Amino acid sequence: MSQKQYWSDLQDLRNIETKAEVSENEFREELPFDLSDSVMGATTPRRDFLKFLGFSTLAATIVSSCEMPVRKAIPYAIKPEDITPGVPNYYASTFVEGGEYCPIIIKTREGRPIKIEGNESSSITRGGTSARVQASVLSLYDKARLKHPVSGGKEVTFDAIDREIKEGIAGKSGYLVTCSIMSPSTKEVLNQFLVKNPGIKHIVYDAISYSAMLEANLACYGKKTLPTYHFDKAATIVSLDADFLGNWVAPIEFSKAYAQTRKISAKNPVLSKHYHVEPIHTITGAAADDRATCRPSEVGAVAVALYNAVVSGAAPSFKSARLNKLITSAAADLKKGNGLVVCGSNDVNVQTVINAINDKIGANGTTVNWVTTSNTWQGIDKDMLDMITAMEGGQVNVVMMHGVNPSYNHPEAKRFNAALAKVPMTISFADRLDETAQLCKYVIPDHHYLESWGDAEPKVGFYSLMQPGISPLFKTRAFQDSLMTWMDAGQTYADYWQLYWNTRMGGQANFDMALQEGVMEPETMPNGTATFAGNVAAAIAAVEGKKVASGVEVVVYQKVGIGHGGVWSNNPWLQEMPDPITRAVWDNYLCVSPKRANEMKAGIDSFNEVDYNKYVAKITGANGYAVTLPIMVVPGMHNDVVGIATGYGRHTNVGRAAASNDKQGGKNAFPFATINGANIEYFSGVTVVNTGEKYELAQIQTHSSYENRPVVHEYTLEEFKKDPHGLQKERGVEIGHYTEKPWHEGHHGEAVVDPEMEEGFRKEGTLYPDHPYEGIKWGMSIDLNTCTGCGACVIGCVAENNISVVGKYHALRGHEMHWIRIDRYFSGMPEDPDTIQTVFQPMLCQHCDNAPCENVCPVSATNHSSEGLNQMAYNRCIGTKYCANNCPYKVRHFNWMDWNGADAFADNIFEDGRRDDINDDLTRMVLNPDVTVRSRGVMEKCTFCVQRLQEAKLTAKKAGRPMKDGEARTACQQSCPSDCITFGNVNDKESEIYKIRREEQIERTFYVLEHIHVLPNINYLSKIRNTDEIVAGNEKKDGMYAEHI
Amino acid sequence: MFRRCYLSVLSVLVVLLLSNISAIAAPDGKALFMSNCASCHNPIKKSTGPALQNIRGSLPGGDWVYKWVRNSAALIASGDAEAVRVYNEYNKTAMTAFPQLSTEEIDAIFKYVDEYKPPTTTPAPGNDTVGSKSAESNGWLYTVITLSLLVLVLILWKANNALRRAANEKQGVPNEKEIPLYRSKLVIAVTAILAFIFAGYWIVNGAINEGRQQNYQPLQPLYYSHKVHAGINQINCLYCHAGAEKSRQAMIPSSNVCMNCHKQINEYTGAEAHPLVTAEGKTINGTEQIKLLYKYAGWDPEKKDYIRDEKGNVKATPIQWVKIHNLPDHVYFNHAQHVAVGKVQCQQCHGNIEEMDEVYQFAPLSMGWCINCHRQTEVQFTNNNYYSIFTKYHEELKSGKRTKVTESDLGGMECQKCHY
Repeated sequence: MSQKQYWSDLQDLRNIETKAEVSENEFREELPFDLSDSVMGATTPRRDFLKFLGFSTLAATIVSSCEMPVRKAIPYAIKPEDITPGVPNYYASTFVEGGEYCPIIIKTREGRPIKIEGNESSSITRGGTSARVQASVLSLYDKARLKHPVSGGKEVTFDAIDREIKEGIAGKSGYLVTCSIMSPSTKEVLNQFLVKNPGIKHIVYDAISYSAMLEANLACYGKKTLPTYHFDKAATIVSLDADFLGNWVAPIEFSKAYAQTRKISAKNPVLSKHYHVEPIHTITGAAADDRATCRPSEVGAVAVALYNAVVSGAAPSFKSARLNKLITSAAADLKKGNGLVVCGSNDVNVQTVINAINDKIGANGTTVNWVTTSNTWQGIDKDMLDMITAMEGGQVNVVMMHGVNPSYNHPEAKRFNAALAKVPMTISFADRLDETAQLCKYVIPDHHYLESWGDAEPKVGFYSLMQPGISPLFKTRAFQDSLMTWMDAGQTYADYWQLYWNTRMGGQANFDMALQEGVMEPETMPNGTATFAGNVAAAIAAVEGKKVASGVEVVVYQKVGIGHGGVWSNNPWLQEMPDPITRAVWDNYLCVSPKRANEMKAGIDSFNEVDYNKYVAKITGANGYAVTLPIMVVPGMHNDVVGIATGYGRHTNVGRAAASNDKQGGKNAFPFATINGANIEYFSGVTVVNTGEKYELAQIQTHSSYENRPVVHEYTLEEFKKDPHGLQKERGVEIGHYTEKPWHEGHHGEAVVDPEMEEGFRKEGTLYPDHPYEGIKWGMSIDLNTCTGCGACVIGCVAENNISVVGKYHALRGHEMHWIRIDRYFSGMPEDPDTIQTVFQPMLCQHCDNAPCENVCPVSATNHSSEGLNQMAYNRCIGTKYCANNCPYKVRHFNWMDWNGADAFADNIFEDGRRDDINDDLTRMVLNPDVTVRSRGVMEKCTFCVQRLQEAKLTAKKAGRPMKDGEARTACQQSCPSDCITFGNVNDKESEIYKIRREEQIERTFYVLEHIHVLPNINYLSKIRNTDEIVAGNEKKDGMYAEHI
Repeated sequence: MFRRCYLSVLSVLVVLLLSNISAIAAPDGKALFMSNCASCHNPIKKSTGPALQNIRGSLPGGDWVYKWVRNSAALIASGDAEAVRVYNEYNKTAMTAFPQLSTEEIDAIFKYVDEYKPPTTTPAPGNDTVGSKSAESNGWLYTVITLSLLVLVLILWKANNALRRAANEKQGVPNEKEIPLYRSKLVIAVTAILAFIFAGYWIVNGAINEGRQQNYQPLQPLYYSHKVHAGINQINCLYCHAGAEKSRQAMIPSSNVCMNCHKQINEYTGAEAHPLVTAEGKTINGTEQIKLLYKYAGWDPEKKDYIRDEKGNVKATPIQWVKIHNLPDHVYFNHAQHVAVGKVQCQQCHGNIEEMDEVYQFAPLSMGWCINCHRQTEVQFTNNNYYSIFTKYHEELKSGKRTKVTESDLGGMECQKCHY
């Protein structure tokens, strides 16, 4: 048995008493029962009781005898032809935010978008989404959005300012700064604008820059563009600090492709090999087979070492033996062919070395596509720096900014702000008064993308159209329309856009079809190579000439949810989405390795990690920028590296959820980024001091514990190939003896679980009768091998099921409401970050056939359906919480407060000053009308998206045909960019879920906590890591662990 | 109550059976007319389109009429003189194409139209009213009998007591002291217990019924008579409530749907045959109500055109109807499920809507009422292929072990069928 020791936090590993205390304590804080003598010893408690009883009975009678309110049913005055109230409409569109791209389907109900799904017609993202894409529908209803154009802080009309601006820019010189623009028609409009205004220069600036890659590619291949990376064709993937599953370049596309190489079965036991080197711990690092850490300033050196190992077989000589070993074996594997090397560095020389490696291993034309290149990111850092210099020199008369926020996210923001003050005409197209917009003379808010017409060309020859799901909510105007007004184009952008595509596609009919489909793509993606002409020797010399830092270095990184900030900072769904690695919400913090935390006296020895009070560190950068942030101990961080997430420390105008001050909202990390010559580097040397103060940080996973029972099964590829049935033997030990009659319980140590044995266990292992499932029995399978922990499912579920946002204070009291959570388990030795292996396990209601929650409900509010659903009737629930206590998976959530104003009493609603916009009339438009909004005092949990199941069944019934497999899909399944969730009718022998359980994945199937005979309806597929070693054996027992910490 | 249900179910079944039989035998001209033509045509009156009675005589013979019905636009486009004339006469309003209608069906429609006679106005007494009345009078009778019997028992008991006392006195046996009824411990105890039980029952029942509005009949902003439309003029329910087959909401039609017919029908001519009267007894002028509709719809009856704003949008305002059928927020009800799949008649839940001038809530809309129907109603099990996956039930039906499959057999009693 290769069962590793998993731990969800360091206390779990060390089994520190406080942790045990916390997990044994049902309630984290003192219960507010007043049992003092003053109450019990009072003279007339009984009489008082009777008085209260009488009063409340009377009050209830009077209240309930009030008249029923008169409700109105108001139909449309003139019903639009294509809307049927109660039936959703779907529109194909495109999510674009800078270089982030995702073709989508907008679900609208009665004309308002309520849910975003991926567009499966796209060959790029193939229906995948990300947490941000899922949450973007909430940003449409963001209360902080500007509702009208602003000039000098006052509301103005378009007509009034258009004239001023036209006069102001006529013949003047200046800059038009935009984020990366993928839209061909917008580029066309831009060009026309620039022709009319020859003094204005267009530059592209991205908050997180890929400038070095573009420049290196220009130097090496003559193409100032990013190639398409084919992760699905790669047998060996080496990533140097490129978080390609979380944030790097195009994570949705890469997750889909990467997952294809991570699907494995006993019949076809092939996996790609993924090597990963990074300074901090990202989800891509967690997915990797072999992972090592290095300093951020060392990434270049690692790239050179890899180049040398590939070219000459030279052995690397880093301090870390694991890193050396990783580079050597990575080089050997890369040479076997079908290799791919990616790197997240923003240093031209490092990227040149990476290009050289890809060229040497023959990746160009196979895994790196230079014919169908990517248009996603186009920002050049130097252009922005030049502009700042020009503004400082007073040579700039006009600055227009679209989709950028340099005052917040440029490392030289102070310089930028001072320089901007010298520019007479400043125009922003920001959707809110963000850090930059509030310094501008005019703010002409752009539409939200769900209100816009548009298009995108994410890759050469691959097009995607954008159509609105709702007409503009406020007095906003498309960015393109503003430009077209100022150049007297005489038509609107929408008309121009329609004509643009009509002529290109040859007629209205083709155009209509394309608009319905959403994407226009060639049947196959052309692939091809390019001739490498880079100067590797010079690049290596430059990399080697750069000094590797010696002190502590800070890495400015992006969280999977909040990203670089932007509108996401004010998105309560994303704020409350636990970070996959740290599992923290609503804050940013200083990620520190356990060893360094110990040295700073902020580690586990001196402070209980389970406790939400964290020590606060003061971080001072070389440029004097200093912030204080709480210390988060993250295993797997390089010991000399600390990490701070971007997207926090926002101005009040960005919105209530984003606003930061001393007590909340985190700190801005961007000023820690530095300029290296012409490019931004997202790390720098800092000094870190423990101030001894404390700060409350809300973490989700430490709330409940499996108390070291095995919940994850993991094998190396070697083990799996040698004995595919290893897992089933382990299961056999647990449940095998139920196949025999109870009176001669035999020893079945080597029994492999088969369907017969499972059936025996189901029938014999309990006193309760079995449920018959005559028609449908719903089941779900989750593949731990492809789950990257990205959190798209969490937000997909939130959007679909009206999940409440509880805010930080309640999150840290364990009152979070997410129906699906992604548990994260570490294994390995905390002291040595290179040994850390991380596994994600999505955990949701298991819809047990023998559900422990059902038995204990005194009012039968939770009970079993004939389709295998564990049902929850909110209006029957009286809030005893017995079910939650009895649930072994801890997936039930109680409405401690009135989160949504669903209570009968109007002023009962919970408010904390940050999350409250979620209950604004505007924001509530996002609610799914098919799902009850739960009120205070009831329990809730995953329903398997029963509204979707009912809808799918109804569609089949109306058509008079049996339901097809895949017709009913849960929100989590649909949003997953890695296809790790399968859902369907287990009774249907043709269904995918049946085939997985009974045919294709028999060897890898297991159920969590199976031995307690709750008979879950969700099975998991074991994690198979393509590595030589399971790094952590059972350290705690053999003393290795003690040695290391 | 049970009997009333039973009778109505029986009558619905009989009607269903009859309509099925006739549907198999020949195309039902009346049904086809009602569902396809009635919104624009009246058999004997000119409305959006011409009166149809005996119209075939004045039209060109041969295939002309079939071509016209199936696709009039094509006929007009082909330059057919008669077609162009009709088109121009009716303000160039194109007739909807019915390519799906067969020759037999079109013939059946005309047969029905030609034989059509305006309905007589005396409403036939429904079976329901008779049944319920007899049930009610029986109940009253039982109460009277029970009460008189109780009184009789009391008198007899008193008499018996008095006789025993008299006998005792005669025999010299001392009598117990007579306790008046109101001070008898037994009586007080029994009364108290009974009072407690009844009060409890009353309170619990009251609490359960809280928020239910059976027989709720509010005053609407516009006097719209379902009887005139669905009853007398036989307009198909689904013509206006088009969502009932497609959506969870049956949909209250927007005023432009009303205007499909009311562009032509601008007065209420049935005031003598069927005077419109409110529940309070106030007489309503139907023509005035149509004028009110024009106001809502933004229609200028003088110019016979919509009133438009500068952008060309019709200046219509929605009619703010008072909602009668209110389900709590935590109940999910889907009309399509019941109408399209379950083939439940509208009247089963909404009552004899075609007899109501002003609509009231017919059913209690309580959970018990829903559940009861789910318990008893047979689903369309064998003629909907969706249910083919329930192999066990199919076998049982075949072997005769089971006579029917009800909604409750398929999980229709489970919480998450309606609460999610």
